[in-house]
Amino acid sequence: MNIKIVLFASLRETLDSDGLAFEVAPASTVASAIGALGASCGDAWLQVLSEANVLTAVNHTMVDDNHVLVEGDELAFFPPVTGG
Amino acid sequence: MRICVQTEDFDSGAEIIRLAGQSNGVGAVNSFVGFVRDNNEDTHVGSLFLEHYPGMTEKQIEAILGEAEQRWAVLSATVIHRVGELKPGEQIVFVGVASPHRGDAFDACEFIIDYLKTRATFWKKESTPDGFRWLETRQTDVESADKWKQPT
Repeated sequence: MNIKIVLFASLRETLDSDGLAFEVAPASTVASAIGALGASCGDAWLQVLSEANVLTAVNHTMVDDNHVLVEGDELAFFPPVTGG
Repeated sequence: MRICVQTEDFDSGAEIIRLAGQSNGVGAVNSFVGFVRDNNEDTHVGSLFLEHYPGMTEKQIEAILGEAEQRWAVLSATVIHRVGELKPGEQIVFVGVASPHRGDAFDACEFIIDYLKTRATFWKKESTPDGFRWLETRQTDVESADKWKQPT
């Protein structure tokens, strides 16, 4: 199934990508999508996206690594926020 | 509620007047304005770049204002947050709350800015003499937000 990956702030700069259209197996979790991104885009992706402080959102809602993805999801990775 | 994420500057006075004019039941308007400082952690800051996650940011601010409305007597609330490149002395963020009484206006306003800092998808990058650096979450900001947690 097809999902959209988006990256923000330091993650975008470190991986030199603001995101991509990506295909994962049906019923993939966020954790398995990170594994698939590592296999497809390189070890740096696996390493950066697996860091403990990286936050994850699906369709603009915060989720954890066990969240199950569905077709068309927007999966976002970003560092802790620093606004205000 | 009024939520704006924008590159343009804002007029705090006009925003306060707008909040006060929402109803004749308004007895207090409390506001907070954040500015860009020219230094951070003993380093000169030449400019600040603010990035956000369009769509998610607005949704999170809406949730924060929704929670404030549940916890305090909030008649109206406004959040304006600027993005893009900002120079020292420029305004970054406006939070305003209109309430029947001052206590609720003070508390709701402080709650909103504390939660904005730790929950809304904004990221700051500073330009310093040593180059650009992304800011990291301050522990004091986390502690400020934690004090509003309610027992579940």
